Amino acid sequence: MVAAVVFFGLVLAALFAPLIAPHTPFDPATLNLMDGFTAPMDPALGSGSVYWMGTDDQGRDVFSTILYGLRLSLLIGLAAVLFAAVLGVTLGLIAGYAGGWVDALIMRIADIQLTFPSILVALLIFGVARGLTPPELRDQMAVWVLILSIGLSEWVQFARTVRSSALVESKKDYVQAARLIGRRPIAILFRHLLPNVLGPVLVIGTIYLALAIITEATLSFLGVGAPPTSPSLGTLISIGQDYLFSGEWWILLFPSLTLLALALSVNLLGDWLRDVLNPKLR
Amino acid sequence: MAGDADSHAAGRAPGRAVSARATDDGEPLLSVSDLVVEIPTRHGTLRPVDRVSFTIRAGEILGVVGESGAGKSITGAAIIGLLDRPAHIAGGSVTLSGLRIDQLSERELRRVRGGRIGTVFQDPSTSLNPLKTIGDQLAETALAHLPITRHQARERALQSLVDVGIPAAAERLDAWPHQFSGGMRQRVVIALALIGEPELVIADEPTTALDVSVQAQVLTLLRRLCTERGVGVMLVTHDMGVIAETTDRVAVLYAGRVAEIGPTQRVLTDAAHPYTRGLMGSTPDTSPSRDIGDRLVQIPGAMPGLANIPTGCAFHPRCPSAMSICEQREPHTTELSDSAVRCWLHEDYP
Amino acid sequence: MRPSPDASDPSQPLVEVQGLTRRFDVSSAWLTRVVRREDKRILSAVDEVSFQVNRGETYALVGESGSGKSTIAKMVVGLLPPSAGSVLIDGTDPARARGAAMSALRRRIQMIFQDPYASLNPRWRVADIIGEPIRTFGLASGAEVVKRVDALLEQVGLSAGDAGKYPHEFSGGQRQRIGIARALASEPELIVCDEPTSALDVSVQAQVLNLMRDLQRDLGLTYLFITHDLSVVRYMADTIGVLYLGKLVESAPREALFTRPAHPYTRMLLEAAPRLDGFGRVHETDGGEVPDPISPPSGCHYHPRCGYRTDRCDRDYPPVRALAASRVACFEAERVIEDGRASVPTTTA
Repeated sequence: MVAAVVFFGLVLAALFAPLIAPHTPFDPATLNLMDGFTAPMDPALGSGSVYWMGTDDQGRDVFSTILYGLRLSLLIGLAAVLFAAVLGVTLGLIAGYAGGWVDALIMRIADIQLTFPSILVALLIFGVARGLTPPELRDQMAVWVLILSIGLSEWVQFARTVRSSALVESKKDYVQAARLIGRRPIAILFRHLLPNVLGPVLVIGTIYLALAIITEATLSFLGVGAPPTSPSLGTLISIGQDYLFSGEWWILLFPSLTLLALALSVNLLGDWLRDVLNPKLR
Repeated sequence: MAGDADSHAAGRAPGRAVSARATDDGEPLLSVSDLVVEIPTRHGTLRPVDRVSFTIRAGEILGVVGESGAGKSITGAAIIGLLDRPAHIAGGSVTLSGLRIDQLSERELRRVRGGRIGTVFQDPSTSLNPLKTIGDQLAETALAHLPITRHQARERALQSLVDVGIPAAAERLDAWPHQFSGGMRQRVVIALALIGEPELVIADEPTTALDVSVQAQVLTLLRRLCTERGVGVMLVTHDMGVIAETTDRVAVLYAGRVAEIGPTQRVLTDAAHPYTRGLMGSTPDTSPSRDIGDRLVQIPGAMPGLANIPTGCAFHPRCPSAMSICEQREPHTTELSDSAVRCWLHEDYP
Repeated sequence: MRPSPDASDPSQPLVEVQGLTRRFDVSSAWLTRVVRREDKRILSAVDEVSFQVNRGETYALVGESGSGKSTIAKMVVGLLPPSAGSVLIDGTDPARARGAAMSALRRRIQMIFQDPYASLNPRWRVADIIGEPIRTFGLASGAEVVKRVDALLEQVGLSAGDAGKYPHEFSGGQRQRIGIARALASEPELIVCDEPTSALDVSVQAQVLNLMRDLQRDLGLTYLFITHDLSVVRYMADTIGVLYLGKLVESAPREALFTRPAHPYTRMLLEAAPRLDGFGRVHETDGGEVPDPISPPSGCHYHPRCGYRTDRCDRDYPPVRALAASRVACFEAERVIEDGRASVPTTTA
């Protein structure tokens, strides 16, 4: 329950970031370089304002950057999972219903992809997509490329789970009855089969949301994700890492704690959801 | 006459003599008295078996018939102590040859199962261990319950296969269950049930999954072997035709209670309970004595779920002869000459 | 609906099945076969089956496991394509029909399924389940659909108020009624019933069978009734076809089949069926079981179990011929009829 509260608290904070953030850290005009490296709750050298979580090297309010970074992390995570779910569920339905070589093809692709860790897959796709985009658009496209690459690395589990349910349901008589009156395969897939295979999808979704967030953070941390101009939590951590041993611990600590809270709360939420939805435990 | 393998076994001597089983003085072999099984749930306590009583004599076949949800399988499970938790026996008693078996420990029950009570279930593929040859399974069971050597156990295993009519038994002894057809497997299950020389066999829908031609063979076999050896049989089924042809007496269950019990021929041709009469009328039949054009009798409604058992007599909402008292009070069991019925129509009530 | 070009001739049978055959490849996967040097294994589930169903009558296909009856049902409704042979519904071949003609044909054939728990989509309301054929065939829209659904529910003995419920709120017998209502929704002429009462209790079965008979009388329906239960057949059927290992061994009107069966297998089935008045009855068992359908016996498939067999029977497959009121595939059918129902001669195993 705590997890749910924390998670939804974070979501709300992210949603209302522009309203809550005391400063606008990404508007260079508002930055005061002299405020840089201010410790939390200390008055700043330049403007004299108090920053709850201190400032970074360019005078950006860490609290504000966290709020915006959280926003980006959540956005990318949710969008990636949604993309993976739509792709995976659709492919799973097709594989389960069609059977034969279509099923074999989809599942072999899935199997091959599963032999690679998802971060590597994301990295690969990211690299390829990056290479294809013109340099001047790279920063703007970063978010979309991230969503694409993380999403493509995660569709497999959705597809597999949905496929096995679809396989079972396709053989049932109500599907035969629909075929009998001449309904087209698309209608059968999405109107008859889909409602009956969605059960585990929500649980898988929450688990993969956590994974997506971590993957995005990892990519950003490695420098191939969200750029410093619109950083996600991972980027912030990457930046903060440089200053850990020079004394400005707050630039690293607070983004890290936020990411931890986010990932943990999503995971626990997923566990709880799985238990609640498990009919055998009722 | 039929030259099938069954008749070859007809001359063989059965196992332990009946007289060794304490049933000479006319005491029933199995006595179930006011048995109650309860299942506690979040919504209250359910009673799938509600004061069920019947007896089985040595060598007698009692049919327990009812539709789904009547409690017949649970009754069988309760007798051999195989109830799934949280279901448990909440009242009454089960006595086998004078010994109460409803309160035994699991260890003692294990000796009863197989040694004193054999079981034949519906699905032969789950009754036989797919990883052991049938010879091994038979011999192991024999060894577990009889004071014999390994060598003797194997011989008995071979003999039991011959008794149930498996052709080329000596070669089949080392075969695996999956190498047998459905009917043959069920015969092996019967052999397994009888090899420990039990006093009682509980058969729960033993032929429901088999083709009708095999069903006749398997039932004939079961009846012959058990009556020959003086083994009592509790045959649970939903099929009235099987009851008519295979059983000596029959108990009709409805909503966990015994509606009627008596000699099979009498109960089926001249039922005392309206439910039994309804069942007989609604069963289609191939016998020439039945007119083809007759409309099947319809009992309106369906058997109530365990959580919705009506007050008074459980059958009253569907009964064509219901009276006002039927809704108010549950009928007692009235003993007629050789049977019993639970119905206000037969009771002298004040 | 426009009448089809070859307009219905009431004297022509509604369903004509000719030489219907269906083979399944049940071999192991290719690589496995190469490694193990196995042959391909072909299962002839249905082998050259021919019969006709007249309008307004009930034709029952009876068989045990491996007989191919369910496969035939699927081919008649078009869910499975035949490997050979043809099915003609009122002169039209569903395998060749396209577009509007296909849709018109589909509308006239419906199916009732065996398992009441798998034949209704658990996530759909009853109103949508029954309304689906109505909408798909464009028979009505909007409020009219609701009216029709309610009327159908009443017709099968449920109530209009049940339309908003989900299948799990109903018992097995009630679900079968919903399935029947769905089958009636497109106003079909032919309903293929695949073991519609096998999963039901006896008292519920009686309700459903009576309902089906009443509907047939009121709506002029034609039934193709698939079952393994001879007693149900006796109650429902006008003409009966007996299947054994994919072949039709006997086809006869009800009276003739039950009193003067012409094929040894039919006689054995009748003898083996338990009877409500069979107290203490001793069965003349034939000591055999249905063999493996993948490698059936040579010649007449039934010969290993047959008490009438002669040398010819394991060499040649007997052709179907007319004899008395039956069509039967047996060299010795005359002897079978002569013996009546007295006893079933059997073979030593």
